[in-house]
Amino acid sequence: MTRLTRRQFGLFAGASAAALTLPTYLRAQGKPRVVVIGGGAGGATAARYIAKDSDGAIDVTLIDQSEMYTTCFFSNLYVGGFRSLESITHSYDALQSGYGITKVTGRAASVDRAAKTVTMEDGSTVPYDRLVVAPGIDLVWDSVEGYSEELAEIAPHAWKAGKQTELLKARLDAIENGQQIIMVAPPNPYRCPPGPYERASMMAHVLKAKGLTDSKVIILDPKDKFSKQGVFQEGWDKHYPGMVEWYGPDVHGGIVSVDVNAGTVETDLDTFKGALLNIIPAQKAGAIASEAGLTDDSGFCPIMAESMRSTIDEAVFVIGDASIAGDMPKSAFSANSQAKVAAMNIRADLVDSKVFPAKYANTCWSLVETDDSIKVGAQYAPAEGKIASTQGFVSQTGEDAPLRKANYEESVGWYAGITADMFG
Amino acid sequence: MVEQVSRHGCNSGLRWPLAMLVLCWIVAGPDRSVADEADKVFKPCANCHEIGPGARHRVGPHLDGLFGRTAGSLPDFRYSEGMRAAGAAGLVWDARTLSDYLEKPRDFIKGNRMSFRGMPDAQDRAALVSWLETATEQAPAADPAASGSDTDGLVRSFADIVLQIDGDPEYGEYLAGECVTCHQASGHADGIPSIVGLPKDYFVKSMFEYRTNVRSNEVMKLRVANLANDEIAALAAYFSSLEPQ
Repeated sequence: MTRLTRRQFGLFAGASAAALTLPTYLRAQGKPRVVVIGGGAGGATAARYIAKDSDGAIDVTLIDQSEMYTTCFFSNLYVGGFRSLESITHSYDALQSGYGITKVTGRAASVDRAAKTVTMEDGSTVPYDRLVVAPGIDLVWDSVEGYSEELAEIAPHAWKAGKQTELLKARLDAIENGQQIIMVAPPNPYRCPPGPYERASMMAHVLKAKGLTDSKVIILDPKDKFSKQGVFQEGWDKHYPGMVEWYGPDVHGGIVSVDVNAGTVETDLDTFKGALLNIIPAQKAGAIASEAGLTDDSGFCPIMAESMRSTIDEAVFVIGDASIAGDMPKSAFSANSQAKVAAMNIRADLVDSKVFPAKYANTCWSLVETDDSIKVGAQYAPAEGKIASTQGFVSQTGEDAPLRKANYEESVGWYAGITADMFG
Repeated sequence: MVEQVSRHGCNSGLRWPLAMLVLCWIVAGPDRSVADEADKVFKPCANCHEIGPGARHRVGPHLDGLFGRTAGSLPDFRYSEGMRAAGAAGLVWDARTLSDYLEKPRDFIKGNRMSFRGMPDAQDRAALVSWLETATEQAPAADPAASGSDTDGLVRSFADIVLQIDGDPEYGEYLAGECVTCHQASGHADGIPSIVGLPKDYFVKSMFEYRTNVRSNEVMKLRVANLANDEIAALAAYFSSLEPQ
């Protein structure tokens, strides 16, 4: 890894005025460099596609704070007991050995966009010609009155996979018959629109399987509707009668505050008490995005629909949950799709490869109960300055069991496929 | 794609299991478990192979008359080089060679395209091979061109138009980014069928089977609805050029 501090960079650049007229990557003496911040569905895919398709002509560095990556997608299936944590945890080894990607383990603390360097938490710097920002989401802790990062150790959000998910699972497994679980769902926009409702299903599955049918999961939602609502609610009635209750704002009147230590959520209607609180706050782009000045007032990053290039800095691409991707939901599938468009445009910038028109896709599967999976999907294309949906589908109520089982098998195949596409 | 392909496979694959069921009923009384067992044993194969009257080539060749057939010898199926070479070297399918092959197909015939990891358990293999021996004792499959509904004709004529187009594999590779999120680029299949190395003709026909609702998977119908003819041709050119790893 080349380490160049900001000051050294200035000296170096100032030393030769002629060098400044050269393209950035020639100035940097050697191959063009791409740095990717974030090794999830967006970042890992982008790193792999840039390295793979440029055949070694581009130097790719992938920065992620973890040695191993636990996917947030399918983490609800871990909560439900359908997957082990190991089965959703992946190594970056193949990206390094098979694709020549440099993996830097650590937290990117800031970006100097003028100098084109990323500064790590330990003070080291990594220079780039093109930067991919794919940090996922951060939580807006104060969006739920009474909640905080510290209190997440008691009332987990589990909206980033890993320790939080393990905590949620352990707390779920300790529930006794008759005890309630209260989930506070997040407002739009957030990572994985059907996620809270799949999670409620998985929690009910665990309770039911243990015969704890006097327990229930109560969802307090700031939204008046949610993804795949009809099919989810049909599934809850069918599989978990009386065990999952969903209240929108027209019923609870507004979520006022939580008291994590007392295990209560106060709404305009009533105070709800639970043995387990699962608080999922509002969300924004991962901290590095705002630190780098790439976000707008929404807390997310505006991009060009044709390329995923930041509208704020043409040397930067923002993909995945941190971006404002028009009609596309924040999902792993979306991030993976966006990564391929960004990778193609980055290669075109740096090694003059061909650019084809951007095409985007998404599909999300949600498991409601064993062998009963529902799905939603759409195609997207740039239109009038944003990524717009061109066509879509969603599972229907009343579908037969073989179709739902096939959906589940398809989702398992998709997981194997996308993780192979991300990690090599 | 799983749902439709398996439904497809079952439609044809089931012709025999149903017949078996009747046989078992006559011979051994109403013993559902035997027929269920047979159905179960062939189920993973039915994603790609058909058996029974009118069986056609799918991702894999039809299996009618399998026993005694020289490997890689059906004239109208596009085999891998490895499979053809094995046949040329004298490999003939019988209970023993099939069992050896099915244990670990990729090792038994290097470079063959069958996307199946194998059956390590000898008893499982014996059950499958014995079931296959009965089920595949068929008259040779009907000429696929001779049979078929109006939809088949429609699919055929659409496909013929696309097959005239010289697909751009480079464009195909970019478009394939959308496919390989689910259909693994390595050719491995873990619940979603492999499309690596599919013959162009089969690939293009499959696309139009989604257009005409012969195949009904919503994810695939949506993807295909958004592909222009030159894009289908590009994808067919790209995927047919790949070899499974």
